[in-house]
Amino acid sequence: MKTWHRHSGLLFPILVIVALAIWPTLTGKIANRESAFTILKAVALASSLNILLGYTGYVSFGHIVFYGFGGYVGLFLLTEHEWSLWTAMLAGGLTSGILAFLLGTAILRLRGAYFALATIGINEAMKAFVNNFDLFGGPTGITLNFSVYKPYGGAAQALQTSFYIAAGLALLAILLSHFVRTSKFGLGLQAIRENEDAAEVMGVFTPRTKTWAYVFSAIVPGMIGVLFFFKNGNVEPHDAFPLHASIEILVMVMLGGQGTVLGPILGALAYQGMRGYLVTSDFFKDIQLSVSGALLLVIVLFIPAGAIGWLRQRIPTLRRVLA
Amino acid sequence: MQQINLLLASLPDGILLGFVYGLAAMGMTLIWGVMNVINLSHGPIIALGMFGTFFLFTRTGLNPYAGLIPVAILGLLLGVLIYVVAVHRVINAPHLSSLLATFSVNMIIIGLGTAAFTTSPYNVDFAAGSFKLGSATLLGTRLIAALVAMLFTGGLYLFLYRTRPGKYIRAVANNRAAAELMGIPSTRILALSFGLGTMLAAVSGALIATFFPFSILAGGSYELKSFVIGVLGGLGNPIGALFGGLILGVLEGIIPAFMESSWVPVIEFGLFVVILLVRPSGLFGAKQ
Repeated sequence: MKTWHRHSGLLFPILVIVALAIWPTLTGKIANRESAFTILKAVALASSLNILLGYTGYVSFGHIVFYGFGGYVGLFLLTEHEWSLWTAMLAGGLTSGILAFLLGTAILRLRGAYFALATIGINEAMKAFVNNFDLFGGPTGITLNFSVYKPYGGAAQALQTSFYIAAGLALLAILLSHFVRTSKFGLGLQAIRENEDAAEVMGVFTPRTKTWAYVFSAIVPGMIGVLFFFKNGNVEPHDAFPLHASIEILVMVMLGGQGTVLGPILGALAYQGMRGYLVTSDFFKDIQLSVSGALLLVIVLFIPAGAIGWLRQRIPTLRRVLA
Repeated sequence: MQQINLLLASLPDGILLGFVYGLAAMGMTLIWGVMNVINLSHGPIIALGMFGTFFLFTRTGLNPYAGLIPVAILGLLLGVLIYVVAVHRVINAPHLSSLLATFSVNMIIIGLGTAAFTTSPYNVDFAAGSFKLGSATLLGTRLIAALVAMLFTGGLYLFLYRTRPGKYIRAVANNRAAAELMGIPSTRILALSFGLGTMLAAVSGALIATFFPFSILAGGSYELKSFVIGVLGGLGNPIGALFGGLILGVLEGIIPAFMESSWVPVIEFGLFVVILLVRPSGLFGAKQ
């Protein structure tokens, strides 16, 4: 009973992922699989960022750097060393984690807006560096040979497999987010978020704790990056490190509610759903970005806790299920 | 020898550009200094300044330098509007809120701008001759732009140190609560500061438009440069921003003589992160 209570917050997130994973099969439309893939990717990225942003309270404006870097490492290993997708994904996640560890030890000393600016700088520096780095193909990037898909049953089957892997990665991100939240480590993070100096006085070893939060929030983005660019067939500096994508993830986390497990998932769903609608609607398609911006502004100004945070404040009985 | 020639040709140009970059950064760093808000709508406002010059020049035939005055006034008003609508409510909230609020303004401007002007490049077909300086040729538009940037810096300095509203701004930047106790209308002063910051951004955009082609998205790279310069000069230190701008301009002048110019952003952003880590208060000290 006690374990059930402790993990009841996982119920909704898992239901959402399962629903997304079977949605294309149920409707039998390939287009739905593409939308579901985009949503699952967003869920994985938003849930990962939430570990740093929601639990620890550090605003990373350049989180996409781990996605891009992992993707590059993975594609490099896939083409140059003919690794399998699985090992390449693991390597992508691992190198992103190592990158986060190295960066984290340096830049997590900065607080507030200084940290946010540093993450922007790192993303831009990495983009500019990869643009000049011949091993990663410079400005043209890395393009996969079509034969790469053969071991996975051809290109069509590889896309189907990628989709299920995306669902798996989204689930992994959610589990990570949940277990960080319910662990003692996560309590330390939340103490840092509330008051870093007080947390340190209470015995949280803040530099190490923050660095590990950064590492945990970087691993899944690295793996998702490998998967996405594997599916995409090529990777270029501009696709790998888009600053606006970093901010889109931030918006998703804010929309659903930072610091909760379900929030980033709902935020990703809502944001991608809204974007899909706006891009295709005749009236909004030209000013799609403005409408998203206006909506973001309304949320930031009036519901800063996000949808889940707002519900938790209003209806305390929901707190147990809406973790 | 070839490198020296290249250097002599590109360095003066870099220095002139540096003044204009410095002007853009001054707007960003002023806002940070007064209210601890990083204005992520800085880039689109620079771009709007560019379009302001473009339309004044092509539609009314107004000289781009005379056009600076309406651009500056509109920039000021736009800044006050942004402050009232988007920033005022989150001024005391955690940084994430103000970052996202100004970013949503960024999205709104870019979205409307893309719908109105598309993202294709524009340019202001205007020339102000050129000057020979040794082996280097200086474009008149860049020279005037640098002079205008210096003029605005001087004006800002006089405004902040010699006029009553300027002194109010410095008081609010120093300690808002104490300033309020002294009877300073802090909300109005904050709105004015934000307006001044966006005014400087719009003016720098208007100047850049006279020598570079631009699109609605062009402001993004100058916004990033403004962050680098702001940190170099010390966030919240407007005069430091001018020196920061010069350093960046000199770097952009020197680096291409020694390696491919695509390495420029690597060095710029690398330097940016290093300065943040080693000396977050910048080379010339942060606010006051």
